[in-house]
Amino acid sequence: MSDTISINGTQHSLPDDPRRSLLDFVRQDLGLTGTKKGCDHGQCGACTVIVNGIRINSCLTLAVMHDGDEVTTIEGLGTPEAPSELQKAFVAHDGFQCGYCTPGQICSATAMLQEIANNWPSDASESLEGEMNVTGEEIRERMSGNLCRCGAYANIVAAIRDVAEESA
Amino acid sequence: MRPFSYTKARVIEDARQITADESAMAIAGGTNLLDLMKLQVETPHKLADINRIGFDEIKKTADGGLSIGALATNTATAVHPRVRSDYPVLARAILSGATQQLRNKATNGGNLCQRTRCFYFTNIDQPCNKREPGSGCGAIDGIAKLHAVLGASDQCIATYPGDMAVALSALDAQVHIATAGGSERTVPVRDFHCLPGDTPWRDNVLEDGEIITAITLPAPVGGTQIYRKVRERSSYAFALVSIAAIVEMKDGLFSRADLAFGGLAHKPWHDLRIAEALIGQPPTAQTFDKAADILLEIARGYGENDFKIPLARRTLHAVLEHAAEEAA
Amino acid sequence: MTVHFKQDKPEQSNRLDGMKQGVLGKGVSRLEGLAKVTGTAPYAAEYPVEGCAEGVLVTSTITRGEVVGLDKDAVLAMPGVLAVIDDSRLTTRPAQGTANEAPKQGPKTISYWGQPIALVVAETFEQARDAAKHLTVKYREEEGAPVDPQAVETEEKDGTVRQGDLAHAMAEAAHSVDVTFTTRGHASAAMEPHAAIAEWDGDKLTVHASLQMLNYNISELADALGVEEDDVRLISRFVGGGFGSKLGISEEVVAAAIAAKDLARPVRVVMSRQQVFQCIMRRSETTQRLRLAADEDGKLTGFGHHAVVSNLPGEVFAEPVLQSSHFLYSGENRELMLEVARIHRMTAGSVRAPGEAVGMPALEGAMDVLAEKVGIDPVELRLKNIPEQDPEEGLPFSSNKLAECLKQGAEAFGWDSGPRKPRQHQDGEWWVGTGMASAARAHSISEARAKVTLKSDGTALVETDMTDIGTGTYTILAQIAGEMLGLEPNKVLVELGDTRHPRGSGSGGSWGAASTGSAVYVACKAIREDLAARVGVEETALELSQGKTSAGKSLIDLLGGEDIAREGHYEPGDIKDDYTAAGFGAFFAQVRVNRYTGETRVDRMLGAFGFGRVLNHKTARSQCLGGITWSIGVALTEALEFDPRDGHLVNCDLAEYHVPVNRDVPELDVLMVEERDAAASPIQAKGIGELGMCGGAAAIANAIYNASGARIFDYPMTPDHVLKAMPD
Repeated sequence: MSDTISINGTQHSLPDDPRRSLLDFVRQDLGLTGTKKGCDHGQCGACTVIVNGIRINSCLTLAVMHDGDEVTTIEGLGTPEAPSELQKAFVAHDGFQCGYCTPGQICSATAMLQEIANNWPSDASESLEGEMNVTGEEIRERMSGNLCRCGAYANIVAAIRDVAEESA
Repeated sequence: MRPFSYTKARVIEDARQITADESAMAIAGGTNLLDLMKLQVETPHKLADINRIGFDEIKKTADGGLSIGALATNTATAVHPRVRSDYPVLARAILSGATQQLRNKATNGGNLCQRTRCFYFTNIDQPCNKREPGSGCGAIDGIAKLHAVLGASDQCIATYPGDMAVALSALDAQVHIATAGGSERTVPVRDFHCLPGDTPWRDNVLEDGEIITAITLPAPVGGTQIYRKVRERSSYAFALVSIAAIVEMKDGLFSRADLAFGGLAHKPWHDLRIAEALIGQPPTAQTFDKAADILLEIARGYGENDFKIPLARRTLHAVLEHAAEEAA
Repeated sequence: MTVHFKQDKPEQSNRLDGMKQGVLGKGVSRLEGLAKVTGTAPYAAEYPVEGCAEGVLVTSTITRGEVVGLDKDAVLAMPGVLAVIDDSRLTTRPAQGTANEAPKQGPKTISYWGQPIALVVAETFEQARDAAKHLTVKYREEEGAPVDPQAVETEEKDGTVRQGDLAHAMAEAAHSVDVTFTTRGHASAAMEPHAAIAEWDGDKLTVHASLQMLNYNISELADALGVEEDDVRLISRFVGGGFGSKLGISEEVVAAAIAAKDLARPVRVVMSRQQVFQCIMRRSETTQRLRLAADEDGKLTGFGHHAVVSNLPGEVFAEPVLQSSHFLYSGENRELMLEVARIHRMTAGSVRAPGEAVGMPALEGAMDVLAEKVGIDPVELRLKNIPEQDPEEGLPFSSNKLAECLKQGAEAFGWDSGPRKPRQHQDGEWWVGTGMASAARAHSISEARAKVTLKSDGTALVETDMTDIGTGTYTILAQIAGEMLGLEPNKVLVELGDTRHPRGSGSGGSWGAASTGSAVYVACKAIREDLAARVGVEETALELSQGKTSAGKSLIDLLGGEDIAREGHYEPGDIKDDYTAAGFGAFFAQVRVNRYTGETRVDRMLGAFGFGRVLNHKTARSQCLGGITWSIGVALTEALEFDPRDGHLVNCDLAEYHVPVNRDVPELDVLMVEERDAAASPIQAKGIGELGMCGGAAAIANAIYNASGARIFDYPMTPDHVLKAMPD
């Protein structure tokens, strides 16, 4: 067991205070403020990060529980100079307004497309088995853990569909 | 969040040892516990991180059923091929709960132990007999829209908020518990959660130092399996009423009708008399009403949640009508 | 050099359409977009500040009374705790929009449950959060604080209109409607919690905060602290949503500033989500009686709208429910009255589209009832009742595109204007139906300043303390300057959200784009005059595009190494008094209602809006989409719940206060109806941040009735309400 955590490929020591959430660890200790705190209770999705390939709410987990884990935050997905396809699509489709929920939306969507590729079903899936499709209703259900108060959902769905269809 | 000492348990014995202390708790997914610790509803002095003690496998049992590890995540369970093909009601129930991010972290054992969403329970500056025995119940005469209409007491009218356990109740699953003394006991999920009575602080039958290790499902039960959840948003909301149903029809009559109900009580509600009333009967409105009469025989509203009584009846109609059609 | 322009008359010259760059109105992607999608745009709490201590607010657990003791010593003994601040200057409510002075101060006096009473500061957030929970407070409670708006006497607000004889008109009418709607409280629930980092350098204070109107906030903060405005700098470059909740300074800003001074080190205070819910703003619940009298054909002869709202004692703000009811429809006999109930719930204030957000859903619900009674198409009923001029003030409309929106919207939606009867379409368990409603939102415009510098290198810089709260300000200001100066928007650097810059209008009341945009326009026009003189033509003849004049001379050459800087100062003059100005529109919705459970889902929805010049097609459409999304929340899911005994906000988080999730929102259509409103602003634009939610909930409610036969008078239309109203 290691006592370090990998964030976007860089190893970091875990915090001393076990109360520190993974969210506060990346924001406060590492200065990676792209991951947002919207509610601190797993109710908004703004803090979504990808841990070992799986999306989770970083506010509802302690940093010390993640020794040896590989975490990807929004900063690990792309930069202004080299944005990811989803990041570009969010800009092109205006998939945000104030921008505060946006890193969480994009981390969530990145992992979500992989979940569909893995044929994981959702509450919106007609059938639990077989191939899962990237329909509007599937995206809407699977992205419902990321609130957007500006009301950019319609554009968020369009941005994700665009990327999913490009890569299909 | 109060300060606590944090220990990573490597094997279940570590966890048992630490959590035998009244002020200690085990943490797995943490999605409910950390939420409550931030609010100081839960204030453990010690946390035993049990994520690396195993018990996360999903495997076949000797009798052809399925053993689901307590530390398997909700997602791992819902996407497991056997769960999807043989126990769709369980997959559907899990997928209807929370969000993908939460299900990716939440464990099955933790989900069974999920605490109520009652507003007065989660606000430490309000009275709540569940959180602080003897302080009173804020919800009675307060805001009680989410609250119980079955089996509540004058001490507590909270509901159990989960979905997974409702499906497990319809499936008559068993909960396997490692006891503090090192042995194992098994409790039917239908008996796992408690009614509030005079001990509203007790959500379930777990004792200090006990840890859930697995949930077992019986050999595949077949039938038409439905999980119907009525909620105020189309996603990411707790159930007003939910129904898990496993139904079979023979010659136009119900031959199987295992039903369990969420959102109505301090536990997933199951009443054997409902199946008895349905089996051998045709799928008519009269039959559905008879089942609803049994379900709601002792129902009592608290003003704001009165609507749950007719809503439960109507949802039961919808589920049985739909299930009978599919099963025919 | 400052150029002042006071607008007394409509701006008919329409200069912007004659410019040659051709970038204004285009759907340019947000200039700050890449910063936002890569997480590199810093919000208030995210500035790296050396040695920053962390503060957490402590809030009251009684409804009314006095704090008589704080056990500071016990908390100061806890690990890492640096201070317990209970300074009498701490503010106890958020400032209302445009207050321009400190809100209520004095944390010892309590007037609602959840009111801030102290700040605990510690080395780390975890230490401060725990210590704040441990602060023992002794109260002297004043029992019996009224918390139920139904149980108290009400005060009548100024502005009651009594015209003709409504009672008589109702008695004589061929068709009449007398119905009462209720709406529940709403929360802004902006995704970024209120946050501030305060830092002093001697007597100079800098605060990074999340605020909408720095031009007012600076005075509010200076007043609260008892310092000079010149000693205060506020920075809000990125604001994670406002929706009214950040119009005025909130409690954490003043608390952070006081703590930072006391401790002589920077202090950050971020409200918890629960605190944002409980001590910022609520939209008041409303009870609204609508009386409509009509002749045989549906022409209105009488119009009555009476609303009761609530607020804390001492608050001037009252949800302006009747704002658009005053002018939207004709009807010579009129009675409009607003009353306020004084209760001890948290502060009521502005939440997106104060007034029309709840007034229009009630009015448009009543109009649907009337259409049914008259037996005409609801679109037709609206068309029949569009007044020639303001029916109360007698003023002309600056421009009114309601008819166009109704017609174009109906066509685009595929509205069936045939006879309407509930329960005509069934799809499995679901009844399917359609509904429509008008949209209206009073237009506001305000004074604003912006400095534009055309730099010698051929780029431009726009500076103002205006904010971009997600509305698109960065981009539209670059487009306006680019259009005027012949530059691509990416050649225009826009710097916002810093009080070192000239005072803009602030973001609120949908006036930001038209007001601050006009200040940029005024500055650019002055720069053009300078350039025209250099070229030797009249300003009106100067054609600029792609950094060149029409004769091919580059701006760089024209400037000859010099910058040209002008501060534009726009002020609305007589146009404010001479016209009734508003944005208008129409909503169309198709919904499905479950015949067993009463659950409602919106299948599709369309909004058609006329709001003057469209400055950026993409961001304007997004504002409309946002408004329609909020309409879905108002119609179906959003309701604040208050404890009937102590008045505390019970569902104070995002799990139990149901803002719409992605799955609640179907594909939406937006139609922007071409309009140039010359009396609205020099750039002929009105606001669009709020219009998109002013009436949309009624289109959904009316569709619920058409689908299922459930006529519901209580918003939101959750399954319990639907089932209660659903015929068997």
